[in-house]
Amino acid sequence: MKRETEGEVHIVEYRTYAYVWVALLILLGLTIAVAEMEMSKYSVIANLLISSVKAILVLTFFMHLKYEGAFLRRLLITVLCVLTFVIMLTFSDVWYR
Amino acid sequence: MEKTAHDTLAAKYGMWFFLFTEILFFGGMFLLYSVFRSKFPVEFHAAAKEEDLFFGSLNTAILLTSSLTMAMSISAVRKGNNRLSALLQAVTIVFGISFLAIKYFEWGEKIARGLYPNSPVLVKMDQGTNLFFGLYYVMTGLHGLHVFVGIVVISFMIYFTGTGTVTSQNFSRLENTGLYWHFVDIVWIYLFPLFYLVT
Amino acid sequence: MEEKNAAVQQMSFYDEKGKYGGILSWLLSTDHKRIGIQYLVATLTFFSIGVILGLLIRLNLLSPGAFMGAENYNRIFSVHGILMIFLFIIPGVPVAFGNFFLPIMIGASDVAFPRLNRLTWWIYLAGSFIVALAIFLPGGAPDTGWTFYAPYSIEVKANVGLAVLGVFVLGFSSILTGLNFVTTIHRLRAPGMTWFKMPIFVWTLYATGWVQMLATPILAITLVFIVLGRVFGVGFFDPSKGGDPILYEHLFWTYSHPAVYIMVLPAMGIISEVIPVFTRKKIFGYKAVAFSALGIAIVGYFVWGHHMFTSGMSDTSRAIFSFITFLVAVPSGIKIFNWVATMYKGSVVLNSPFLFAVSFIFLFSIGGLTGLIIGSLAPNLHLHGTYFIVGHFHYVMFGGAGMAILAALHYWFPKMFGKMYPERPAKLGWLILFIGFNLLYFPMFVLGYNGMPRRYFDYPPRYHTGHVISTVGSWILAVGLIIIFGNLIRALFKGEKAPSNPWGGRSLEWQIPSPPPTENFEETPVIESGEDG
Repeated sequence: MKRETEGEVHIVEYRTYAYVWVALLILLGLTIAVAEMEMSKYSVIANLLISSVKAILVLTFFMHLKYEGAFLRRLLITVLCVLTFVIMLTFSDVWYR
Repeated sequence: MEKTAHDTLAAKYGMWFFLFTEILFFGGMFLLYSVFRSKFPVEFHAAAKEEDLFFGSLNTAILLTSSLTMAMSISAVRKGNNRLSALLQAVTIVFGISFLAIKYFEWGEKIARGLYPNSPVLVKMDQGTNLFFGLYYVMTGLHGLHVFVGIVVISFMIYFTGTGTVTSQNFSRLENTGLYWHFVDIVWIYLFPLFYLVT
Repeated sequence: MEEKNAAVQQMSFYDEKGKYGGILSWLLSTDHKRIGIQYLVATLTFFSIGVILGLLIRLNLLSPGAFMGAENYNRIFSVHGILMIFLFIIPGVPVAFGNFFLPIMIGASDVAFPRLNRLTWWIYLAGSFIVALAIFLPGGAPDTGWTFYAPYSIEVKANVGLAVLGVFVLGFSSILTGLNFVTTIHRLRAPGMTWFKMPIFVWTLYATGWVQMLATPILAITLVFIVLGRVFGVGFFDPSKGGDPILYEHLFWTYSHPAVYIMVLPAMGIISEVIPVFTRKKIFGYKAVAFSALGIAIVGYFVWGHHMFTSGMSDTSRAIFSFITFLVAVPSGIKIFNWVATMYKGSVVLNSPFLFAVSFIFLFSIGGLTGLIIGSLAPNLHLHGTYFIVGHFHYVMFGGAGMAILAALHYWFPKMFGKMYPERPAKLGWLILFIGFNLLYFPMFVLGYNGMPRRYFDYPPRYHTGHVISTVGSWILAVGLIIIFGNLIRALFKGEKAPSNPWGGRSLEWQIPSPPPTENFEETPVIESGEDG
């Protein structure tokens, strides 16, 4: 692994953050609208998907992942995969008893 | 030994690694939630109606906005504007306190109605509802605790920003505080639909 | 790198005069070496107490009821497990030898976050104190086993909440140690110390650090659930409240299985250091050994269900977990093969570190092979909850990680304490320990196969012979331990002064004085050659 560079050159503009914030609020509205709709078993997935889009926006811009090295991004994905597999393995029990 | 070049990135890694541990910590709770929800879908749906959608949505908007001000506070200090940064951090804290105040009100209102773990009211209700509220208090409670800790830490950051310890060249601790705060925001982004929007 | 002339009295880290004197200079120190020594003393102290509890367990099984009642027996084996696992072997190698040697081995002057390091030591003390409270306060020590299974752990009147709080606190020490080590390895390697020039011990600390960070939090939340259940009646694991006790087992073992890799991976790293030095050869297949550490950590994260085959979980999940369990044997096997291949055509120096290291290979293999037996679904149904399991985990944890700690003690003793110990008592102690160990634990496989359950206070007469042999073995083992530690403690005071490199080792710790100076290196070393060339 080569030496990580600082990546501190880029200062994010207030405006960029504001745009992200607007997007987040729109998504919040979308979340609530979707919940009002009759989607039964798809509602969980729809909700999780929209939440994940919000989370990705926060991660990418507010938490600077867009401007950090690939190492941190890959690590985060790895950690999330670990948690996902743990949940999946648990459900291989819970669902098939 | 030459260490200064490493310090900032090391500190950033340290905070990210800590956040990874938090993902697993909350992950255990999300695991329990998902198992019990799959077991009691109808009861979870009914129980979620006890939640006040308005306050839940308001709290979500509050946290999202607090993330905005927190992120902006770092750009401010990097542009050399310590006063703006400190102001933005203070606004973040105000939002955080508002979040906790609303939560306090929500909890109080539920407890007054007898909806708390092992209450006489709840014990008479079905198992799914009991589990829903158990999870509700545990997850929002631990989340709220994390919000509280964040408020305390940001308070220290305001002090450091005001006294010039945090500068445009030396802002790593503020940035890492921001990372923590955004993480707390993301946890709520997932908590909100799970408890308020179960359809 | 030039070694300082031995005639010149160098100031070691022991002589360093900080702001405080006496014990405060140790408790308040951020020097990784002082922190490591303190951890070593603490963990070995808890090990000793754990051994005494183990001897008491064996005493009861010699003649059930003659020395203690059933209630006390349950408390004793529970505390034995809690001390050995959470206060000795999980902190174990990383906090003692990892703290002392990780920075030195990569050419650094300390870890990435020295003050965080000191905090982990204080957290460890606090957690240990809380556990001690749980044992001695009215209410009594837990009798749940170290596994705290719900619903019993939620309902029983013993000091479970307090014990579990202590373990929760200890968990933070583990998490933050792992965080510190992983960051240190990423950021503080000396110029030229590339990833593939690092000693294998460092690789194992790296893999372990990730497991500490990603598994321990799940235990943390599980323990919170126990406390919530006891205090607020939250019924996640209570069937009468819609909860599921099997969920507790899932959550508990999702940590506690990776935990065994926290125990054993750094231990394997020690073996990878000792074997090459005492056979005068480079380790065989460096990259394979390095990657196998990562492989064990990753695959080992997803096998926890094999502790639950008889719990009532689904057939589907049991098949999946059994399959993945077999997979984890592969990287473990790679390590064993590579150690043996390293020894092949090597020039063996039969000193005590090497003896302990070779016993690791032998004893851990027995433990690992029996692990394959119980990892198989069908045999597990017969063997779960029997002495076969007790034998298995003592072979891997004591015969494995425990032996590695003894190997590390004898390998690094000169470096850490600046004294040499006499070889003959070390070898004698080893021999007696080895004999006692196998007498103590091997009969357990036979007992378990024939149906003797674990954690039982009493048993039918047909198991008596096996238990007698085992208990006698425990006494022999204790004698061996006394000789080993007596020898080392005596050497602390009376031993000959140690040179910097008594064994001819190639890693960086052997290039600096014994004991090292506070800043480790006079100048940052620049690495030209390393483990792989």
